[in-house]
Parts: sequence; C-alpha cells; structure tokens
Amino acid sequence: MKDEALLEVEFQARIDADEKIEPKDWMPERYRRQLIRMMSQHAHSEIVGMLPEGNWITRAPTLRRKMALLAKVQDEAGHGLYLYSATETLGVDRYQLIRDLLEGRAKYSNIFNYPTLTWADVGVIGWFVDGAAIVNQTMLAKTSYGPYSRAMIRICKEEAFHKRQGYEICVTLARGTPEQRRMLQDAINRWWWPTLMMFGPPDDQSPNSPELLRWKVKRKTNDELRQHFVNITVPQVLALGMTIPDPDLRYDEKTGNWLIGPIDWDEFWRVIRGHGPCNRERLQARRKAHEEGAWVREAVQAYARKRQQQAASTAAEVSHG
Amino acid sequence: MAEMENGMRLWEVFVQPRTGKPHEHVGSVRATHAEMALQHARDVYARRGPVVSIWVVPTEAIYATKPGDEGPFFDPADNKPYRHPLFYKVPHGVKNI
Repeated sequence: MKDEALLEVEFQARIDADEKIEPKDWMPERYRRQLIRMMSQHAHSEIVGMLPEGNWITRAPTLRRKMALLAKVQDEAGHGLYLYSATETLGVDRYQLIRDLLEGRAKYSNIFNYPTLTWADVGVIGWFVDGAAIVNQTMLAKTSYGPYSRAMIRICKEEAFHKRQGYEICVTLARGTPEQRRMLQDAINRWWWPTLMMFGPPDDQSPNSPELLRWKVKRKTNDELRQHFVNITVPQVLALGMTIPDPDLRYDEKTGNWLIGPIDWDEFWRVIRGHGPCNRERLQARRKAHEEGAWVREAVQAYARKRQQQAASTAAEVSHG
Repeated sequence: MAEMENGMRLWEVFVQPRTGKPHEHVGSVRATHAEMALQHARDVYARRGPVVSIWVVPTEAIYATKPGDEGPFFDPADNKPYRHPLFYKVPHGVKNI
C-alpha cells in the first residue's frame, strides 16, 4: 500500500498531464468531497430551476412558445438526472442527495430564488441565466473528473437552444409595443445583477477556488467567467435597444473588456442564507411535488413485488412439474 | 449500494446513435426492473435523436478491471511487437503489402 502523500503526488501529476480521473481511480478524499458538493448543487439547481419557468407554461402567449418552454423545462429535469447519475459514481446515493435538498441541507443556484413576474422574465432567463450557465458549463466540460465532464458535454449540446429561444422572445418584445419594451427593460433590470452573481464570489473571496483550479475541477476563475459573460452579453442587450442597469458600465479599449460597477455581495450572501424572495416557496414546491408523487413510488414498488411473486410461483411450478 | 430500500436499483445505460455504430455508455438510471429502466433511459438519454437502440444493464452485473490492474493485467500486450505490421521487413519499393 502506497502512502497517501505519494498517491497525492501521482494524482497531481496525472491532473497536470491533463489526464481525466475516472470513478475507480484513487483520488484525494477532499477531491471527492468537493466534487460531490459541486455536482449535487449543480443537479439541484437544474431541478429547482424548472420552477421559475414552469410558472409560465400555462400562460405562454402562443402554442409555439409553449412547446419550446415545455421542452426546455423537460431538458432541465433531464440535466438534473444526468448530474445525479454522475454524482452517484462518487459513491453517494441520489436519494440521499434528494433528501438533503428537500430537508433544506443542500444548496442550489441563488438565481432560482428570484420570482418570474412577467412573460419577459421567461425570455430574459433563457438568454441571461442559460447564457451564464453555458459559459460556466463550457468550462466544466473540460473538468478533470470524467463523468462530470461527459455530463457537461451532453448538457452544453442541449442548452444552446435554451438561450436562443430566450433571446427570440426578447427580440419579439423589443420590436413590440412601448408597453412590451418597458416590460423587457424591467426584466433586464431585475435579472442583470443576480445573473452576474451566478458566477460566485469574487476571486479574492472564493475560498474553494485555488484548490479547484489546481485539481482542474474548474479551469477558469469566477471573475474570468463573469467577465466573459459580460463581454458577450452587453452587445446583445444594446442590439435590442435596451440598457443595462449599471451607471458605471464602460468599454475599456485597452483590454477589450466591458467593465462593470460594484456587485452588491451583501444581497448575494443574504439570498444564499435563505432570505431571497422565493427560497421558501421553491423548497415548498419541491416538497409538494415529492409528496404528491408518493403514490407513483408506491405503485412501482407494488408492481415490482407482484412481478417477484409471479416469478417465484412460476419457478415453483416448473420445479414441481 | 446499488440495492435501495425502495427497490430502485442502479442500471447503466448504453445508447446506439445509428446502426453500424457501437453502443456507448451514457450514464445511469434508477429503476425496479428492466422495462422501467428502459423507459427511464429513453426519457433521460434519448430526448433528441439520433438513437436507434438502448441497452440497460444492472450496475452490479458489470465485472470490470481495476485501475490497479493497469500494470500486471495489461502488460503482456506491450511486449508483443510481432502483433504489429511494422515488425516485419519488406524490401524497399514493394507496394500494397
């Protein structure tokens, strides 16, 4: 048996050589724990993320919009399941992870604790929130843990349509009546800052980042990803004739970056600690869905028992026959 | 581990995108029996084409090498250069051999 320190050196050498780590490979316990934390939070975010948009399925303005929104929300459920599946390769049980979420012990992305007040919110979520998720997930597709990387590649392929359907909704509103334009601007104003917070605290206040970067779980820092998102999104906002709710926003010729004003991190921490506008409502909705699905789980088990009994009695008949 | 108190076993899912292509592992689902695993696999891993075939296999039915086997288990393949065409010498200028 090699000692821990030597195994860690070999592990880091594999990471440095850009090798992927697979489920049965040796890995530091902390690497495993960090991945379980990140991946399960990611899975929960996909599941809770169905709620704000699901709110608008019955009120979508046309059948085309309704089909697209249904497909998108169904995708989010699927993405949650890819991620629970990938997390289980680390030796945890998905039912335990789901219990952690329902009992309020697990985190999920802060962004889903904000309400969807108008139809414009559905457009802006697809464009901003899925857009930000794609920036993050494109980076995670290159993560060092094989199953996480493979799940991210599948998710990235599917999410491109989410962003485009959102932007299409916004384009339609931007070309609409003054009231529709006001509605769009209001949604942009409310979602801009919470979306920028999705990338997590600034690099100098992100305690997990150095370790995650060294292990190539993450390949870019929070601030780098946030800057990239701002750079690609600002021109898209301007193209719609809309504005960004940041008086300090300016283009920096030297770096080619759009520089933003200060982010209200107090709000970020307030929402994480459970005091966002919808934290309680989201968990209640998940619990209600779980409780109302109890009869399905019972029926599945009853069916499984019946099949077992039938198999047993058939076997008995054969041996007696 | 794979057997749950609720009977929802873990199944590995393999998907074939087109005939002629190999089935490829894509992830796992939880189900009490094979038909249910297949339905879940379709809903989770085949929402968009192309998929022509899905296999589901109980996770515990897979018997696999361990990462530690890399040395002793696979080594013999490394020292048989005579399994490769370049081991054999052919006169210069001879083609299609």
